[in-house]
Amino acid sequence: MEENFLSLDDILLSHERLPIRTEITFPRLGFLEKSSDTQDIAEGTKMELPLWLSKALYERKRRVLSVELPKVYREGWRTVFNADPNVVDLHKMGPYYYSLGSQMLHFDSPENPDIAQTLLQTFIGRFRRTMDSSQNAYNEDTSALVERLDCLEKGLFRSGQSGLNGFQSWEKGQATQLTASSLVLNYRKRKITDIQS
Amino acid sequence: MFCEKAIELIRELQRMSDGQLPAFNEDGLRQVLQEMEALYEQNQSDVNEAKSEGRAELIPSIKLRHCCLLRNQRCVTAYLYDRLLRIRALRWEYGSVLPPNIRFHMCAEELQWFGQYKKSLASFMRSLGGEEGLDITQDMKPPKSLYIEVRCLKDHGEFEIDDGTVILLKKNSQHFLPRWKCEQLIRQGVLEHVVS
Repeated sequence: MEENFLSLDDILLSHERLPIRTEITFPRLGFLEKSSDTQDIAEGTKMELPLWLSKALYERKRRVLSVELPKVYREGWRTVFNADPNVVDLHKMGPYYYSLGSQMLHFDSPENPDIAQTLLQTFIGRFRRTMDSSQNAYNEDTSALVERLDCLEKGLFRSGQSGLNGFQSWEKGQATQLTASSLVLNYRKRKITDIQS
Repeated sequence: MFCEKAIELIRELQRMSDGQLPAFNEDGLRQVLQEMEALYEQNQSDVNEAKSEGRAELIPSIKLRHCCLLRNQRCVTAYLYDRLLRIRALRWEYGSVLPPNIRFHMCAEELQWFGQYKKSLASFMRSLGGEEGLDITQDMKPPKSLYIEVRCLKDHGEFEIDDGTVILLKKNSQHFLPRWKCEQLIRQGVLEHVVS
C-alpha cells in the first residue's frame, strides 16, 4: 500500500522511529548515532531510524539494513489482538496502528502474512463498535468513546458523527437554515478564550 | 537526525485541523532550505571524491543524504499545498474580501494566488447561465423562500438593497431581507438567520 505523497497524516506516520541494524558502513555520518562518538556509522550498529528513511534505504536484494518489528506487531501482542481486539487501547499503541502496520509489510519479514492477518482481523473486530457508537452518540461528550481509537478509526467515527448530525438537523428542519462559516465560529471562540485568559 | 525542522512545519498544520490558517512560517521554511543546501553540497563533494578516487564505500551515505533531500522536499511541498487548499476554502467560506487578520497570516505569493483564484472563479461564474452569469457561491443550502428574517449580531453600518432603500444594521435589530443579499453576511457572522 503506497503512501499518499501530500497527505499530512502519511508524512507524520512515516516519522515514527523503528529499531534497525545497519548491514553496511555509512561513512561520515557518525553524528546521527548518539550513543557513540565515531566518525562513521559502523556495520552492525543498532540504532533507531524513522520509517521514511528505513523504507528509502531498504533493498530487497542487497543487505543495507535490517528492520526489527516494533513490539505491537510482534507475536506477543498479536496473540492479544487475536484474542479480543476490543480491549486494546490503539491510541496508546502508537496512534497509527493500521497505517504503520501496513508500511511494516514493506520490509519482507517472514512474519508478514501473520501481521497482515492480525491487522485485518483487529480492524474487523473493532469496526462494529466504532460504527455503532458513532451512530448513537448524539449531542454528547464523545471523548471516552474516542480515546482508545487509532487515527483511522477516529476518522471513521468523525464521518459517522457528521452523518448523524446532518440527518438530525434535517429532521429538525434546520437543513435550510443559513449558518456562519465554521472558520468564523472557531475564530470567535478563540477570541473569547484569549480575552478570558 | 535530518528533516526535523520539516516535520515541525507539518505538525503545525496538523494541529489546526479545522481548516484554519496558521501564520506563514517563513523562518521554518528558510531553515529547511538551508538544511537542503548543506546536504546537497556535502553530497556534491562526496560524489566527486567517489568518482575521482574510486571510493565506492561513500555511496551509502550519499544515498542517505539524498533520501533526506527528498524527504525535505516532500514536507515543504505538502506544507505549501495544504495551505493553498485552506486558502481556496476561504474564498468559499468567507467571500472574496478576506479580513485583515487572515491576510496577515498569508505570504505575498499566497495572496497573489488567492487573487488569481478569485479571478478564475469570477470568470467561470460569468460564463455560466447566459448573459448575467451565475453566482455559484450563493445558495449553498437549498433556499425555501426569497426573503428571510435576519437578526443583526454586531453593528455593521448602512446596507443598501437592490431597490435603493438603505437599512441600518445595528446590533440586535431584526430585518426582513432578500436572501441573496444576506447570505454572505450570515456566513461572515454579521447576521443570524432566524427560523421560526
